[in-house]
Order: sequence, then C-alpha cells, then structure tokens
Amino acid sequence: MTRKQRRLALISTGVGILGFAIGLILWSFSGSIRFFNSPTDLVETHIAPGTPVRLGGLVATGTLVKGADLNVRFEVTDGNRAVPVIYHGIVPDLLRDGQGVVVDGTLDPSGTFKADRVLAKHDERYMPREVADALKKQGHWVEDRSAKAGVATGAKP
Amino acid sequence: MIPELGHFALVLALAIALVQSVVPLYGARTRDTVLMRVAEPTALAQFVLVAVSFAALVSCYVTSDFSVATVFENSHSTMPLIYKFTSVWGNHEGSMLLWVLILAVFGALVAAFGANIPATLKATVLSVQSWIAAAFYVFILATSNPFLRLSPAPFEGRDLNPILQDFGLAVHPPMLYLGYVGFSISFSFAIAALIEGRIDAAWARWVRPWTLIAWICLTLGIAMGSYWAYYTLGWGGWWYWDPVENASFMPWLAGTALLHSALVMEKREALKIWTILLSILTFSLSLMGTFLVRSGVLTSVHAFATDPMRGIFILVILVLFIGGGLALYAWRAPLLKQGGLFAPISREGALVLNNLFLTTACATVFVGTLYPLALEALTGAKISVGAPFFNATFGPLFVPLLVAVPFGPLLAWKRGDIKGVTQRLAAAFVLALVGIAAVCVVEGRPVIAAFGIGLAAFVIVGAITDIVERTGLWRAPFPTTLRRAIGLPRSAWGAAFAHIGLGVTLLGVVGETQWGAEQIVSLRQGDKVSLRHYDFTFDGTSTRNGPNYRELAVKFTVRRNGEPIGIMQPSKRTFPARGMSTTEAALMTRGFSQIYASLGEVTPDGAVAVRLYHKPLVLLIWFGCVVMAVGGALSLSDRRLRVGAPKPARSRAAIQPAE
Repeated sequence: MTRKQRRLALISTGVGILGFAIGLILWSFSGSIRFFNSPTDLVETHIAPGTPVRLGGLVATGTLVKGADLNVRFEVTDGNRAVPVIYHGIVPDLLRDGQGVVVDGTLDPSGTFKADRVLAKHDERYMPREVADALKKQGHWVEDRSAKAGVATGAKP
Repeated sequence: MIPELGHFALVLALAIALVQSVVPLYGARTRDTVLMRVAEPTALAQFVLVAVSFAALVSCYVTSDFSVATVFENSHSTMPLIYKFTSVWGNHEGSMLLWVLILAVFGALVAAFGANIPATLKATVLSVQSWIAAAFYVFILATSNPFLRLSPAPFEGRDLNPILQDFGLAVHPPMLYLGYVGFSISFSFAIAALIEGRIDAAWARWVRPWTLIAWICLTLGIAMGSYWAYYTLGWGGWWYWDPVENASFMPWLAGTALLHSALVMEKREALKIWTILLSILTFSLSLMGTFLVRSGVLTSVHAFATDPMRGIFILVILVLFIGGGLALYAWRAPLLKQGGLFAPISREGALVLNNLFLTTACATVFVGTLYPLALEALTGAKISVGAPFFNATFGPLFVPLLVAVPFGPLLAWKRGDIKGVTQRLAAAFVLALVGIAAVCVVEGRPVIAAFGIGLAAFVIVGAITDIVERTGLWRAPFPTTLRRAIGLPRSAWGAAFAHIGLGVTLLGVVGETQWGAEQIVSLRQGDKVSLRHYDFTFDGTSTRNGPNYRELAVKFTVRRNGEPIGIMQPSKRTFPARGMSTTEAALMTRGFSQIYASLGEVTPDGAVAVRLYHKPLVLLIWFGCVVMAVGGALSLSDRRLRVGAPKPARSRAAIQPAE
C-alpha cells in the first residue's frame, strides 16, 4: 500500500464510523426525545395520543388520590388548564397539593395522561426549572417559591 | 481570624500564579535559565498557600464556625465529624477550593518530580498550568469566596444536604476532581508543545504517567459515584445517562482514547497531531463537565448554587481555554512533523480504530447531552433526551470496539498478521461461543444477554490470551514461563488487567440489565412477597433517632427455599433542619449479586410501599472498574514511565523490545 492508499483507508474508516454514528443519532432522536409541555400546551395543541411527552406543573389542590395497590391519580395544572394523570407505582414523598411535579408518559385518547415516571423534589422550596418557566409564562408565578434549588428524588443523581 | 488567613493565602496564591504564568514562559522563549527556574519554587509555593487556605476552611467546618457563610449554609453542629469534614466540598465554594488544591498538587508534583523533562518544556508547562490556576483563583475570589463572614454569626447551621451525608462524599468528589484536574497536565503539555513547535516520542512518555494517574482516579471516581447513586437514591439504578453523569463520562472516553493514542506516539512517533488534539479535547471536556455541573445549567444534586454570575464566569474560562487551545492548535499543529508509517492492519491501526470508536462514542454522548441545552437556548423548546437515545447510539458504537479489544495487543506494530492473531484468539472465540450456548441453555431468555456474556467472555479471555502468548504458557517449561511473566513489562500486565476489567464490567452490565427483576408492592405487617427465589416477610416497623435525623425502619426476613438467609432493614430518614428525607436502601450481597430493598411511602393505615429488586452480577460493574484502575496502576509502575526515573542509557533503549 502506498502512503496515499493508507491515508485513504484511514480517512474512509473514520468517515464510515462517523457516518454510522450520525445515522444512529438521527434515528434515535426521532424516537426517544420528549418535549416538555405545560398542561395548557397539552390541551391546546392536540398532541397525538401515544407520543411520549414530559408534562410539568403543579399538583392541583385536592386532586391527589392514592388508591389501593399503588394506583395514584392527580391533576397537573398550570393555573389555566389541568390534565388528569394516572400512575402505578411509588410516588416521591413530596408529591402533594400545590407541589411542583414533572411526569413522563403519554396521553391516551380520552385525555388522561398515563405516567410512566413521576419526578418530584425532596426539598419543598424547590421548583423544577421547566415548571417555573411555564408558570411564569402563564402569569401564575409566585416569587418566593424560587427561594432555593434543592434535590431531585427521581432519577437525578 | 482563621478564615481571613485562608482568604489571604488564596490571594497570595493568585499573585504567585500570575508571576508563574509569565516569567518562566518568557524565560523559555529567551532561553534564560534563571527565569525558567522561577517556575519550580512558585509551583511549590502555590501548593503550600492553597493547602493553607484549604486547611483554614477545614478548620472552620470541623469547629462549626457558623460565622462563615458556607459553614452556616452547609453544616450543622450535631453532624458526625466525618461529615463535618466532607461537607467542606459538599458545596460550591468549598468544592472549587478543592479543585484548585488538586490543581496546585499536580503543579507541585510536576515541579518536584519532572527532573528529566527538558528545562524549556518544563517551564512552559508550568506556566500554562498556572494560567489555569490563576483563572480559577480569580473565579473563586470574585464569585465564590468560601470565607465570606456573616454578622451576626448564626447560632446553628442549616445542615448539609442529607443525600450528601454519606461516606461517598469522602471519595467521589475528590477522585473525580483528581481525574478532571489531572488532565490539565496533559493539556498544559500539549499547549507547551504547540508553543515550542516541537514534539517527539519522549513527549508522550512524559505525559503518559500524568494521564494515567488522572484516568485511574476518574475511573474510580465515576465508579464510586455510580455505586453511591445506586445505594442512596432508592431506585436501584447505577447509571441514568443523566447530564451530570455524562459530564464525567465524556472526559473518561476522551482520556481513554488519549491513553491509547499516546501509546502509538511513544512507540512509533505516529499520531502526534491527533494526540495533541486529544489532550486539548480531554481537558476541555473536563472543564465543560465542571461548567455543566456547577453553573446551574442543569438542575441536579450537583448544582449547589444557581448564581448566574458564576455560570457566566466559568463559561468565559471555558471559552478562553478551549477556544485558545484549539486556535493555537490550528495555528501551530501544521508545524509538527508527521510521524511513522503503518499498515492499516497493525497495532497502530487497531489503536486508531479504538480512537475512532471512543471519540465517536464520546461525540454521541456530547450531542445527547448538549442538544437539549442548545435547542432551548435557540428556540426555547424544552426537550429531554433520555436513556433510550444513549442506549441506541452508544451501544452500537461500543460493541465493535469491544470486539476489537482483544486483537489490539496481539497485533504487531507497523504491520500485523490478522490471520495469525485470529488463530491465536481461537480459544477465546470458542469460549465465547460456549458461553453464549451455555447462557442460552441455562437462562433461555433474552438472546441479547447471551451475546453480551459471550462478548464479555471474549474480551476477558482475549486479554488473558495475550499474557499466555507472551509468557509461552503450556508451550514452554513452567520455570521459563514464570521468568517471562516476571520479565514482562508492567505495561503489558496493565493492559491485560484493564481489558479484563472492561469485560468484567460488561458482565455486570449484562447481568443487571437483562436478568434483573423488580417488585413494587404495598405491604402491611405479616405480609409476604416473593421475588425470584427469595421470599420476604414483613416483620414490623421501628423508629429511632439519629444524631440529626429521625429514622423509620422496616424489618424483613428473607428466605430462600424456606430457609431464612438474613434480615433486611430498609429505612427512611427525616432531617428536620432542612425538612428533607432520604431513603436508606438495604442491600444483601449474594456472591456478585445483590438483593435491594428500599422504602416508599408509609400510609397512615400502616401500609408501606416497598421496592424490591434482584440484581444479578451487579457488583461486577464496579468491581470491573476497580480492576481497570488496577491495570492503570500496574501500567503506571512500568519502569519506563516512572516519574523522575533517570533516563535509560542510549544502548539500553536501542535493545528494548517494541512490545
């Protein structure tokens, strides 16, 4: 092999691997990205049922019901709209009325949000940033909530 | 008085760092040995001053001096002594002080033990090192002074974040920082080489020990962080592809690539320009990790404080060093001479392949981590990129890399014999196939698990094959083998161990992800539940008071085939000072597998939500990392890399085998 051929082999391997990686990235981006939505977004933009989304807001006062067999239901609100959420499993301790919450899941055709993950925070002073921004946009932001960042109980080491 | 002393020492360190950033560099450019020699005492003085500063902060924490703002914010007089000590870096200000302390330690080590480095290179390296130090001293003094006083002094502190009140805090941050900051040395060496416009094989030999130290520490730091998250968060997960984890994983991937490319450069003088670029990129990723984690861009347990000023300041440091480094690279790299030639099928070729896969894998992690941030900044849309993305991109890139791992060490330098190597790996192939078949027969389900185990077996046996081949085990008489084994360079043992560790980690990953079982149930006293071969009986709850928390524990008796094998007591702790609670998982180790129990909520009627997990082979994940680190340490002890060792005589160098 000449020097030129060697260089060509090297470069084509590199380009090949890079192309493979770009393909993988584009392919997985189409399936595994979740857009963050406020309840207003979710209700008004008619997201197709079954699309994975992330919903954030406050637990609407008086809606949290912890049923038998770890079935939990509550409504997530941003002050304008509210979306009913159902979840099966253990919810974080600080999931309570008025608390900021982020849930991952899908909307079913009836308009109920089926959550496969519920994230709330350990520290009661904490508000997820996405939720805080969404509340600000809706004009329901209360300044003293933002006192201090805390700790996630969810999958956030 | 003591906090002011600490503050003053830090200001002095900055002054000295400024001198060290300019004088030795000017000396190196003008060949003035007196000016060049300024670097050594200044590097040592920086270390002493930062150590004094750090000791001052430690004494404030240990004596619970709440007149110091960070102590008030992050400590409590009732905390056990070890947590009072570790909470020094359990907050933004203190952790940055630890960062510069480690930076100063590395600088001092280069000054003290770099006797065989040419004077001009050493002076330039120490100057560059001091630029980084100066930037971070300014950052600390201007935005994150850990010695700020409160007046009047509060009577009691606000306590350390309970999640951080753990032994993990004593190990994870210092090890991670040793890794991050250790890569600053290879960065400084790369910048110095670009400034000098000259680089050779010896350069790689001087850089390699520092890179290895950083890599070992980063490996252990990441492993410790992973284990800590596993047992403390109560979710039983060991890796979430969370941005803060990725922030530490990217420098690890780039650093691993750097270790391998520096090898090619040292032995064959090839890949010089690439190695320089990797050195710059690795430290850039370390800096970016610090930025992502500390700036508050990402909200997590690691983002202690969200002061926008700090974020912007770190961003400026980031842009200066990464931008400056890459600009210098673009300008000066063409001056460096091209190195040796090699055929595509050769040890060099294998290492190039390793580098391509590692850096591409690193790039996919980079995209997945930064794309949401970039998208939000540009369009305002908020997205989350989760584990499925990383599994789908990182996995397919890492599998071919793992397949290639056993080939690398067996191929000859310059021109390799792929057929011969394949023959020598026949045993490994066969064992891998046997492994796949055995797993399929015994476990049956997921076929991917069987292939995972087979791949891990191939990597492990392949690494052992290399040692067997070199020592001539089974072919030569045993004493000869033993003599050869002793005579084998430590770096060969190091490579074998590191690759075995990689395979062992893979075993753990496959076991945990493919065969793990979980059960989430709501239980009352007397209830029974079973998971896999284990039966759990809820015996009752108890409460007790810790030094700064209240604890509710649940007692389970665990049985296997009716025989009691132990008691598990997962608990929940409530910390009144912060109004927070933590989950203390109970772990029962069975061989390399673990049973994991953690508590959810306790309802008023006495039912307790419980998560039970069976995690097969899970301990191998971290054990493999430890084996990798041992490999790194063995390689570090190799004679030719010994820091401060006298130069080997010319004649000896000539007859050294090119492994």
